Amino acid sequence: MNDIAIKLLLSCGTLFLAFNIAGFLTWVERKQSALMQDRIGANRASIFGFKALGLFHAIADFLKMLSKEEFIPQGANKFLFNLAPYLSFVFAIVAFAAIPIGDQLIIGSRVIDLQAAHLNIALIFIFAMMSMGVYGVILGGVSSNNNYAFLGSMRAAAQMIAYEITMGAAIMGIVMVYNTIDLQTLVRAQGVYLLGGWLPKWGVFLQPLSCILFLTAATAETKRTPFDLPEGESEIIGYFVEYSGMKFGMFFLSDLIETVLVAALMTTLFLGGWQVPYLHPDGFSFPWGGHLALANGPVVLLGVLAFFIKISFFIWFLMTVRWTFPRFRYDQLMNLGWKILLPASLVNIAVTAVIIILLK
Amino acid sequence: MQTPNWQRPDRRQLTWWESTYIPTLWGGVLGTSKHFFRNLNLHILHAFGLCRDIPAAATFQYPEQLRPLAMRARTRHRLTKREDGSPRCVACMMCETVCPARCIHITAAEHPDPNIEKYPAEFILNLGQCVYCGFCVEVCPEDAIRMDTGKLNIAEYSRGNMIYDKKRLMED
Repeated sequence: MNDIAIKLLLSCGTLFLAFNIAGFLTWVERKQSALMQDRIGANRASIFGFKALGLFHAIADFLKMLSKEEFIPQGANKFLFNLAPYLSFVFAIVAFAAIPIGDQLIIGSRVIDLQAAHLNIALIFIFAMMSMGVYGVILGGVSSNNNYAFLGSMRAAAQMIAYEITMGAAIMGIVMVYNTIDLQTLVRAQGVYLLGGWLPKWGVFLQPLSCILFLTAATAETKRTPFDLPEGESEIIGYFVEYSGMKFGMFFLSDLIETVLVAALMTTLFLGGWQVPYLHPDGFSFPWGGHLALANGPVVLLGVLAFFIKISFFIWFLMTVRWTFPRFRYDQLMNLGWKILLPASLVNIAVTAVIIILLK
Repeated sequence: MQTPNWQRPDRRQLTWWESTYIPTLWGGVLGTSKHFFRNLNLHILHAFGLCRDIPAAATFQYPEQLRPLAMRARTRHRLTKREDGSPRCVACMMCETVCPARCIHITAAEHPDPNIEKYPAEFILNLGQCVYCGFCVEVCPEDAIRMDTGKLNIAEYSRGNMIYDKKRLMED
């Protein structure tokens, strides 16, 4: 009984965090782009005169979207048209279940893994969910009975396939180094220290090329600038051109949720997840000789905090990329995916394999 | 077919390192991040009341903070008044004649003072049609119409409200 309650609490907590970070990102995106362009950003929405730096704009947008007309175009496949945004949204959310947000929390005799779903195939699960999310995009475009939406979804399909292969291949390096696809085990394996205890054994230090390739491919998966060909705001509007109201909002939000997911995946795979440098389960042990004993509670809390700081860093980076680079041309996008990233990731696998065999 | 003699842009071949786009990508991220952190730090300092003289944004916060108008900016019209408060206009029809948008309509009437021949019984200016060329001001022999109210935010809920009569034009 207690086990179920704890699992439920953990799942709800993860869901709550994923939703709220994504909602918060609408504000972050506005404000960060404003600061990057010497502007102020949205700051007019107020409740009783309190503006809270424009945070209420997220709520105002939500209310606006809810109160708008749900429009279904003539000749559209109603069932698929209504289904598409939910597919896109749900699969982006579900993938969070397998992301470990903290170490094992020990309460009394009970050991709680801070991971909503403790899967030993977590990595494959997340990849499966991210691939399923593409169906929402494709169905949304195809069922709209609109040529531009159709074009957008075809672009999305081609782009997702091209970059998903690179993503999978880039990850193989990490899987080979840590010898696991269980994310909690993978994060725990990153808590080892190299070079006489100075350098944490994080993915970014062992697999720098794989890190760059995965980041590029994952940015393409989120369908945001510079990889926003499926949307192409200035030319075809994209796969959601016929959607209105909250259904459009769900497509919009699932992009942001995917951004958070990519940031979380990058953190888990390459920046040691919830690992704090030099923090061991019994407290800090510094390579220069100091030791600071800590109980289990503070250690886990620090880990969760570190996880969110690392996520924030990647979100900041993804936003910076989104507001700095112009969009690719379609042939450039395909060239980058098939001719540069995929061969590079295959070379990375081969080199990693050779090094692993030589080190044995 | 003869090739047209376009001036070709002076493009040099990219070096291998440049053709990876990494230096330009890095430069772009560096440029936007520089602005981001500069403005973020300035906003935080402003919140604590420091460095207020260095602006953190290049924008004007429009309804609260207006941009200064140029001295000769043409803004909404007004009719100037005599000392007794009556309009200076003598209904000579010069502005109505010169107006390229035909937005001025004057109905002349005889003035009780024999020194002044006429006065405008009605002076209607349709701001919805006005092109703000300023010809009416230039042509007026009596300096009776001016465009110096400094009002630019003229917005109404109906077209009828855009039609200004003598009374509204003399309010400022």
